[in-house]
Amino acid sequence: MSDFFGDWNALLVLLLAGFLPNEAWRMLGLWLGGGVDESSELLVWVRAVATAILAGVIAQILVAPPGALASVPGWLRYAAVAAGFAAFILTRRSIFAGVICGELVMLAGKWWLG
Amino acid sequence: MRAFAWGMRSVTSTVLTFVLFATYIGIGALAHDTHFSLGWVLASTALVWAGPAQIILISTLGSGATIVQAAIAVTVSAIRLFPMVVSVLPMMRMPDTKRRHLVLATHFIAVTMWVECFRLLPQVPRERRIAFTHGLGIGLFSACLVATAIGYALAANLPQLFGAAILLLTPLAFLLSTAGNCRQLADILALVLGLALFPLVSMLHTGVDILISGVSAGTIAYGVHWLWERG
Repeated sequence: MSDFFGDWNALLVLLLAGFLPNEAWRMLGLWLGGGVDESSELLVWVRAVATAILAGVIAQILVAPPGALASVPGWLRYAAVAAGFAAFILTRRSIFAGVICGELVMLAGKWWLG
Repeated sequence: MRAFAWGMRSVTSTVLTFVLFATYIGIGALAHDTHFSLGWVLASTALVWAGPAQIILISTLGSGATIVQAAIAVTVSAIRLFPMVVSVLPMMRMPDTKRRHLVLATHFIAVTMWVECFRLLPQVPRERRIAFTHGLGIGLFSACLVATAIGYALAANLPQLFGAAILLLTPLAFLLSTAGNCRQLADILALVLGLALFPLVSMLHTGVDILISGVSAGTIAYGVHWLWERG
């Protein structure tokens, strides 16, 4: 069992730095948002903020990419996402077409760069 | 029980399942390369249940950061879960629903679940929505645990280009699935402004850039929506 999980320190770190920071926000949402009415104007604002924060996460991955994505030049990352978005619009909102097109543009660009 | 099975089946109805599957192969591989154990990364998928947070956690710890630094980075990235939970739970609630009935559904909320709940829940009768969400959550959960294990096993054989392709999946899928769910002017504006504001705010290096850009972009979007409704 200890081989499978590694040492207990690592699991403690997972609980403190991984599980708690995420679960705290979720449970805070359950606790504070428990009584909000579905049709209330407050929810329109909350949803707009959730969408904008998510947009920030997307922008962060593209502007300051993690790991292997950093090996792809900035212009190619933006071009791939723009191409994916264009394919998404042209196919009347097919996420599949958009994701495939964006990935192909990135792979083609990397191949072309050598 | 039928609603639970319906929710589980719905996992196969969305391309986001495949995106998530590939992302978790990437997370499994990343954990292997940074010398975490298989059990650890599986536990992180089950307990953290948020792709970007796991990538941040593994890469910050792997690069020698302290627990406190890792916890702060993860906490900031997880802020989005709060407004997501607040906006999605009212769709599942009945007048007699207790908070404890929603705890498991709340744990399952992450970007993909949030997007899919907004897309699928309106087709589900209200009294079955919690069971449906549990089915959908367990289905995605199982797929991601399998993917994490596969990625961990394959890690040494995956080329760098594959890693880059997997990491690009997250922004592509998040952007397109959020764009697909935009119903009101406020949603569209929030998405566009959120993308535009983050690079500007990040120049300030506050440490909570995403929170600042998200709350301001979301509030401006709501303000325009408010003026539009009344104008």
